[in-house]
Amino acid sequence: MTATSAKPLPQMTREMAPFWEAARRHQLIVQRCRGCGAYRFPARDLCSRCLSREAEWAPASGRGAVFSYAVMHQVYHPGFAAEVPYAVVVVELEEGARLVSNLVDCPPGEIEIGMPVEVVFEDVAPEVTLPKFRARRAGR
Amino acid sequence: MSHPLGGATAIVGLGITPQGKVYGNTPVGFAVDAVRLALEDAGLERTDLDGLLLNPGLAWSDMGMGSFQLQQAMGLRNLRLSATMNLGGATACAMIQHAAQAIAAGLCTTVACVFSDAPLKPPRAGGERSSSGSAYGFVRGWEAAYGYFGVNAMYALVARRHMHRYGTTQDHLGAVAVAQRRWANLNPAAQLHEQTLTLAEYHASRWIVEPFHLFDCCLVSNGGLAVIVTGRERARDTPKPPVYIRGMAQGHLGGDPSDTLALGDVDVVELYDCYTFTVLVTLEDYAFCAKGEGGPFAAEHATGPGGRLALNTGGGQLSSFYMWGMTPVSEGVIQVRGEGGRRQVPKHDVALVSGNGGVLSTHATLVLAREPS
Repeated sequence: MTATSAKPLPQMTREMAPFWEAARRHQLIVQRCRGCGAYRFPARDLCSRCLSREAEWAPASGRGAVFSYAVMHQVYHPGFAAEVPYAVVVVELEEGARLVSNLVDCPPGEIEIGMPVEVVFEDVAPEVTLPKFRARRAGR
Repeated sequence: MSHPLGGATAIVGLGITPQGKVYGNTPVGFAVDAVRLALEDAGLERTDLDGLLLNPGLAWSDMGMGSFQLQQAMGLRNLRLSATMNLGGATACAMIQHAAQAIAAGLCTTVACVFSDAPLKPPRAGGERSSSGSAYGFVRGWEAAYGYFGVNAMYALVARRHMHRYGTTQDHLGAVAVAQRRWANLNPAAQLHEQTLTLAEYHASRWIVEPFHLFDCCLVSNGGLAVIVTGRERARDTPKPPVYIRGMAQGHLGGDPSDTLALGDVDVVELYDCYTFTVLVTLEDYAFCAKGEGGPFAAEHATGPGGRLALNTGGGQLSSFYMWGMTPVSEGVIQVRGEGGRRQVPKHDVALVSGNGGVLSTHATLVLAREPS
């Protein structure tokens, strides 16, 4: 087993299944409330703003900015032992939803809050793809 | 402005078991020990209790109906108030508020409010050290795939955003750790009583989750802590000086702290300190300084022994022991009573205590005082 495949895979829940199915097709989608139009992440049955149970999945631009980040130095799972220190980032999408993710090709020391990022897709298992992000250069 | 229940009830008993790497006891056992110590401190018997509120720590895990389990373990009968509560670190202040409210309403007379936990396991054979962090390193669903684990990381994300928005620095966070360690060095009951801490040593300590060094994070403790709350009349007959509950408030995702007293009337401040950062943000939101100024405020050496503001005077959860919200409550009681020994604050008429749970999610505040009004 490679170090990558030894990492935990995302827990597949009924609410989040469409997100992961889209990720496998290298598409980023975000749940949107049909009642008030708010984007929300992670997916859930009920809108906390308008309490509507009606929701749809909408394509996201994949563009956003780093909202915050934390650099993990402890090994909580053996799958990450070779990677510490690594950064966990919160990306705020242009649509407004915030996702926990990682940046690719960007060492923790180069991360800045506010830096523009765009989605990339990392196929980590035959059935599983993780949306991650990379720094977005001007004009992209 | 006075609170409608201000001074109607008082804390008359305080029980603190041995804290820290204490093995061989269970969460229920620690809770029983804490209640016994608190009753002894109050000069009361088990049969005097007619209310029991319990905040179960992590090691209670799946044990449902915790307050009833504790009641059975202690052989208590005829309780008129019983509840298991969990607002995380805000529970301690909230339990005491509900006890005060029930007593003032005439539903019961004397309530034990209890926290206990035993997340630390004994060191394994072969000399391997016990891990204090693993109990709080839990995983939430899909986020594990990105290596996002544990409470430390959740708070680190908030702290990093605060640093970006307000210019809070690593030195600011370190100032809180250093000031509280200086208080702990005056508190023989503190787990880190013997260990001094300089700002340089703070910076040299290992990273846990940047921007948090080891000394930005609270301790993890096995132990139990209980207080006994009773009405004003009964409080006059107990051996220790009553610590009157003068003000109370809760705010979950927002809200204002108790407005019973102006901040200038507060002599001692015990703020919930799961991380150094939590202290800075609470100083700001309680208006001890302007929003964003918590870091510079702490860095002026304003909060250590002899500083302008007597803050977390036992060393807090960072340097003394971690009983969730009961840590600041207990130090507030000790200070108002005047039992602080070398760390006793000279003027100790009024103490402000905060509790914070989740990731800055739940919040409760108490004002404790030497006089009922």
